[in-house]
Amino acid sequence: MTTTATVQQTKWWTGGKSPFNMEYGKLMMWYFLMSDTFTFGAFLISYGSIRFSQNFWPDPNVVFNAFPGAGHANLPLAFVSVMTFILIISSVTMVLAVHAGHNNDKQGVVKWLFWTIIGGAAFLGCQAWEWHHLITGEHAILVNGQLDIVGQTTRINPWGRLAAQADIATAIQNTPREMLIRLAEMGGHEHAGATHINFASLPDTELIKAIDIEGLHIRENGPVAFGGYFFGITGFHGFHVFSGVIINITMLLMTQKDVFARRGHYLMIEKAGLYWHFVDLVWVFVFLCFYLI
Amino acid sequence: MQHPAFEEVTFHHHSDDVTFKKKVKNTTILLSVITVVELIIGLTIYNIHKGDAPNALLVLMFKGMVCILTSAKAYYIVSVFMHLGDEIRNVIMTIVVPLLLFIWFITAFIWDGNSYKNLRNRYDAHYKEKSVIPAKH
Repeated sequence: MTTTATVQQTKWWTGGKSPFNMEYGKLMMWYFLMSDTFTFGAFLISYGSIRFSQNFWPDPNVVFNAFPGAGHANLPLAFVSVMTFILIISSVTMVLAVHAGHNNDKQGVVKWLFWTIIGGAAFLGCQAWEWHHLITGEHAILVNGQLDIVGQTTRINPWGRLAAQADIATAIQNTPREMLIRLAEMGGHEHAGATHINFASLPDTELIKAIDIEGLHIRENGPVAFGGYFFGITGFHGFHVFSGVIINITMLLMTQKDVFARRGHYLMIEKAGLYWHFVDLVWVFVFLCFYLI
Repeated sequence: MQHPAFEEVTFHHHSDDVTFKKKVKNTTILLSVITVVELIIGLTIYNIHKGDAPNALLVLMFKGMVCILTSAKAYYIVSVFMHLGDEIRNVIMTIVVPLLLFIWFITAFIWDGNSYKNLRNRYDAHYKEKSVIPAKH
C-alpha cells in the first residue's frame, strides 16, 4: 500500500525521471503491440463489415465440427476449444517464466520457457490439422446448376444454404457422369464397407438412384469471402504464433548461454512475454469472430 | 537494486511469490471459466439455429453476451498477464486512449456493411430472392 501512495505522490512530469517509469525497450514493445492491435483490428472489422453486408453467412458450428481421429462425428466447437486452452495455458507458463526472470532464477526461466514453446508448437500443429481438414474436405454442393464436390478454399465456400430438393433433381441431370460416381461413392459414409458396389458399372439412371441425396446434405455455395478472411486472419495470427515460438526459442538459448545472467537482469524475457501474451489476446478475438458468433 | 538498464525506472513494483502465485492461479481459473461459459453459449446458439424458427433476437442477445465475456477476458490478459494494471497511470493512458479509436472503427464499418446489405436488398429484388434463407428446408 505504501508503494501505491508513493506512486501517486511522485511528480512524474517535473523532469529528471521518465514519466512512464518503464525502460525504453519495453515501452516500445507496448507501442508495437498497440499498432499490431490496429492491424488485426482492421482485418477483423473488415471481415465484420463484409459479413454484415451479406444476407447469408455460414454457421461456424456447421463449418468447424471436426475433431482429429473422430471421423465424421459432429463435434461443433470441440477442437477449437482445445486450441484455445492450449494458448491460455502457454500464456500462464509465460507469466511464470517472466516471474522467474524477475527473481533471477535461471532454471525457472528455462523450465517455463520450454513449456511455453511446447504450447506454441502444439497450437501450430492444431492449426495445420484444421487448415488441412478444411482444404481437403469433400462437400457436395450445387453450383452453376450442377453438383460438385469441393473443399473450403479461398475460391469457393461449400457452406451455403441447403439446396432445395427440386433444384437438386434438375442439377443431377446436368452433372457429369464421373461426378455422379464420386457422389454415389461418397453417400455411403455411414455404411462404408458393408457393400462394395461398383458404381462405375451402373447405367446413369441406376447411378442417380444410388446417390444418397438426404445424407449428403447438399448445399449451395456460400459467400466466397469466407475462405479469404478465415485463412487470411488465422494465417496472420498463426504467423504471429510462429514468430513468437522463434522468439521464445531464442530467449531459451540466450538464457542457457547465461547472456541474461551476465547482464544482471531478464528484461528480454519480459518483452518476449508481452509479445506472447499479445498472441493469446488476438486469439481470444479470432475465436470470438470466427468460431463463436 | 538500481541497474544501468533500469535508468528509466524510478520505482520498482514488488510482489512476493505467494501473492503472485495466487493472482496467476485466480486469473487462470477465471479465464478458463469464462471460456467454458462462452463455449456453452456457442453451443446454445447452435441449437437455436437447428430449431424450426430461430429467434433472431435471442441469438443476437447470446452473441452480445459472448462479446462482453471476450472483452472481460481481454481485460484480464492485458491487466494481469501483461502487467499493464501494475504500471503507472501515464503508461496505461498512452496505451488505452488510442484504442478508443476502435469505438468509431467498429461502429462505422459494421454500419456501412449493414447499410450496403439493406440498399442492395431494396434495389435488387432478384438478389434478395436468391439469398434470403427459405423458412423451411
